[in-house]
Amino acid sequence: MIVDLVFQLLQMTLVIMVAPLLTGVVRATKARLNRRRGPPVLQPYLDLVRLARKEAIIADSASWLFRITPYIVFASTWVATALIPTFATGLLFSWSADLIAIIALLGAGRFFLALAGLDVGTSFGGLGSSRESLFGALAEPAMIVIVFTLALVAGSTQLSTVAAFMTSSAVGLRVSLAMALVALIIVALAENGRIPVDNPSTHLELTMVHEAMILEYSGRHLAVIELAAMLKLALYISLIICVFIPWGLAIADASVADRLFGAFVFLAKLLAGGVALGVFETSIAKMRVFRVPDFVGAALMLGFLGALLLFVSRTLK
Amino acid sequence: MTPRFLAGENEWFEAGRRMAAGEATFVSLWGDEGRMRVALREGDGALAVVDLPTDRGAFPSMAALHVPAGRLERAACDLYGFVSLGAPDGRRWLDHGRWPLRHPLGDRAARAGEPDSYAFLEARGPGLHQIPVGPVHAGVIEPGHFRFHAGGEAVVRLEERLGYTHKGVDALMRGATVARGAVLAGRVSGDSTVAYAVAFARAVEAALGLDPPPRAHLLRGVMAELERLANHFGDIGAICNDAAFALMLAHCGVLRERTLRAASAAFGHRLMMDRVVPGGVAVDLAPGGEAALRALLAEARTTFPKLVALYDNTASLQDRTVGTGVLKAEWARQFGAGGPVGRASGRDFDARRDWAYPPYDGLAFKVATHRDGDVNARVWVRVAEVGESLDLIEAMLARLAPGPIRADLPAPAAACEAFAFAEAFRGDVFAAVRLADDGMIARCHLRDASWLQWPLLEAAIEGNIVADFPLCNKSFNGSYSGCDL
Repeated sequence: MIVDLVFQLLQMTLVIMVAPLLTGVVRATKARLNRRRGPPVLQPYLDLVRLARKEAIIADSASWLFRITPYIVFASTWVATALIPTFATGLLFSWSADLIAIIALLGAGRFFLALAGLDVGTSFGGLGSSRESLFGALAEPAMIVIVFTLALVAGSTQLSTVAAFMTSSAVGLRVSLAMALVALIIVALAENGRIPVDNPSTHLELTMVHEAMILEYSGRHLAVIELAAMLKLALYISLIICVFIPWGLAIADASVADRLFGAFVFLAKLLAGGVALGVFETSIAKMRVFRVPDFVGAALMLGFLGALLLFVSRTLK
Repeated sequence: MTPRFLAGENEWFEAGRRMAAGEATFVSLWGDEGRMRVALREGDGALAVVDLPTDRGAFPSMAALHVPAGRLERAACDLYGFVSLGAPDGRRWLDHGRWPLRHPLGDRAARAGEPDSYAFLEARGPGLHQIPVGPVHAGVIEPGHFRFHAGGEAVVRLEERLGYTHKGVDALMRGATVARGAVLAGRVSGDSTVAYAVAFARAVEAALGLDPPPRAHLLRGVMAELERLANHFGDIGAICNDAAFALMLAHCGVLRERTLRAASAAFGHRLMMDRVVPGGVAVDLAPGGEAALRALLAEARTTFPKLVALYDNTASLQDRTVGTGVLKAEWARQFGAGGPVGRASGRDFDARRDWAYPPYDGLAFKVATHRDGDVNARVWVRVAEVGESLDLIEAMLARLAPGPIRADLPAPAAACEAFAFAEAFRGDVFAAVRLADDGMIARCHLRDASWLQWPLLEAAIEGNIVADFPLCNKSFNGSYSGCDL
C-alpha cells in the first residue's frame, strides 16, 4: 500500500517535472527544422519561474472566476494526468476513475477556461472562447467514441486494463485500432492547440484560439495555465503511448526495478513523441478556422467507424 | 517628364469627372500655399497637375467626385486647416488631436485639451460585434488600429485608422536644404528608403534640369532592385508564416539576410539608406561589391526556385492563400492600386515601365500580372518579380561602365518645381518637389503607394473570416509610416 502510494506520487511528480521538458523538446525540434538555434530545451522551466515571480495583473472587469480558473484548470489537468498509466499500470489512483473520467476532467478545465476568456469582456477572449467551444463540441464526442472503440476491444474503459490488454498477445492487428489511433492523434492536436488547428507560437491575436482565451493572464496565473497546457500535451502523448505503444510498461505487481525501467522507457517514448510532433508541425500550415470542424469531425467519424466495424465483425463470427 | 499644368475650378471638377469615369487615373492630392493640387495620369500616359486656389481656406471636395482621393484630402485638411466642401467624410485623418498644435503647415494654432474621439463607421445587424485591434499589436510591427464588425467569424466591415507614426515630414521638409530633404525622404518609410530617395532625387534633378551620370543611374537601379528583392523575400516568407508555415519564413529569411549583407558589402549599408542623393549616388560600388552581388544572384537562383516549389506543393498552405482576400480588378483599377497589389488584380502597371525612368528605360523586363486578386496571386506576382529583379541586377551590372557617379547640383535660377516617380516594392512612389529661388525646399509631397492600397484592404477583407485578416494584411503589406508622414 505504501509502495503503491509512493509510486503514484512518483508518477504525478514525474509527469509534472517532465511536461515542460516535452514542450521544450517540441520547440527545439521546430527551431532546428527552421534552421534556428532556438532556446535551450530547458527554457520552459525558466519561463515558468520567471512568470511565477512576476506580478499578476488582473483586469478591473475580472471577477473571482478569472482568478480561480488557472488553479481549476491546473488541478483538473494534473488529476487527469495522474490517472494515466505512464510507466506502470495498476497505480493507486488508476482504479478510482476511467478514461471517461479523464475526458470529463479535461472538459471541466476547458469549460472554466472558456468562461474566464469571456469573463474579462475583451473581444479576443470572446473570440477564443467561441472557437474553443466550437472545436471542443466536436473533439469531446470524438474522444468518447474512441473510448468506446477501445473499450469494445479491451473490454474495459479502465486505462490500466486497456494497457495491460494491449501489451498482451490477445490484441492482434485490428483495423478499428488503427482508426482509433488516427482519430486520437487528431483529437490530441486539436485539444492541445497545435498546428494545423491552432498555432501556439503565433503573435497574431486574430488567429489565436487557446492563446486568445488566456491573453489577459499574467504572472503566476499565466505560469499555472502554461504549466497546465504543458501537462495536457504530456497527457495526450502519454495516452497515445500507453494505449498504442505500451511496450516497456510495467504491469501491475511488477518489481521496483521493472517500474523504474518502465519510467525510463516512458520518458524516451514521450520525448520521441515530442520530436515527432515538432516534425509534423513544421511540415504543415494552419488550416482555416472553419476547416477545423471538418478535421475534428473526421476524428469523430473514424471513431464511429472503428466502433461500428467491431460490432459488425463480432456478428460475423 | 513635364506635366500638363491646369488650373481653376472647372478643370478641378473635370479632373474628378474623368477619374471617376476611368478616363484618367488618380495619382495624388496634396495641399500647398493657398491651393490644393491633384495629380492624375491621363489616358495617354501623361501626368497632369490641376491647381485649385482655396477660397478663404475652403475648396470643393475631390473625394466627393472620386472616392480614392478621400484619405489624402483628409490628411491635407489636417495639415493646412483647409475645409473640403461636400466631402463624404469630414473626420480628421492624421491629426488625432494629440499634436500640440493644429494645422502644422497652415496657421499652426496651439492646441490643448483632450484628444479627439473618433466615430467609427457603424454596422448594425443581429449578432454583430466589434473587435478593436491595435494600434499596439502583439508582434513587432508598425502601429495601426483596425476596427472589425463581425458576425461570428465573418467580417462585415473593417475600418482602418492610421496616423500613429506621424513624424511631421512635410513640415520638416519646408525650408530644408536639398541634402537634408534627401535624408528626410529616405526615412519616410524605412523599408523603401532607396525608392523614396530615387523619387525625391529625380524630382529635384528634374526641377534643376540636371541629368546624373549614367553610372549613377545604373547604381540606383541595382540598389532599387536589391531593396525589392530583400522586401519580397521577407514578404513571401511572412505571408506563409501567417498561415503558421514557419519553414518558408525561415528559408526566405536566410535569403533576405544574404541580400542585405550583399547590399552592405556593395554599398556600405544594409538598407542602402542615404546612398542615393540628388545628382547621383553618394558611394560607388565597393571593391568586391560586384562579386558579393554575383554570389547573391547565384545563391538566389539555386535556392529560391526550391522555395517556390515548396510553396506550390504544400496543399495546406495553398488552401489558406487561394481564394482568400480577393481584390476585384475593378477596384484595383478605380483606385489605381500600384505594386503587387494592383498587378495581382490585373492592373498592368509598373512605374519602371510606364513612367519609363532611367535606368529602366533601356532595359527589357516583364511586368508580372495575375487575374485572381487573392493572397495566392499576390504571392505569385512577388515570386515573378523576384526573378525579374535578379535578371535586372545582372543586366545592370553588365552595363556598368566606369565613370563619375555624381554631378554637382546647380543653384536654381528661380523658383522651380518638378514631379517624379519611382517603383518601390509596394508600388509607385510619387514625389512633388517645389524649390524656392534660394534653393531651399518650399514644399515636398511624397505619396506612398499604400495610400491607395489601404482602402482596398478594407474592401478585400469583406466576407472573409476574421482569422484570415493577418494573411490578407500581410499580402497587401501596406506601409504605415509611409502614409502617416
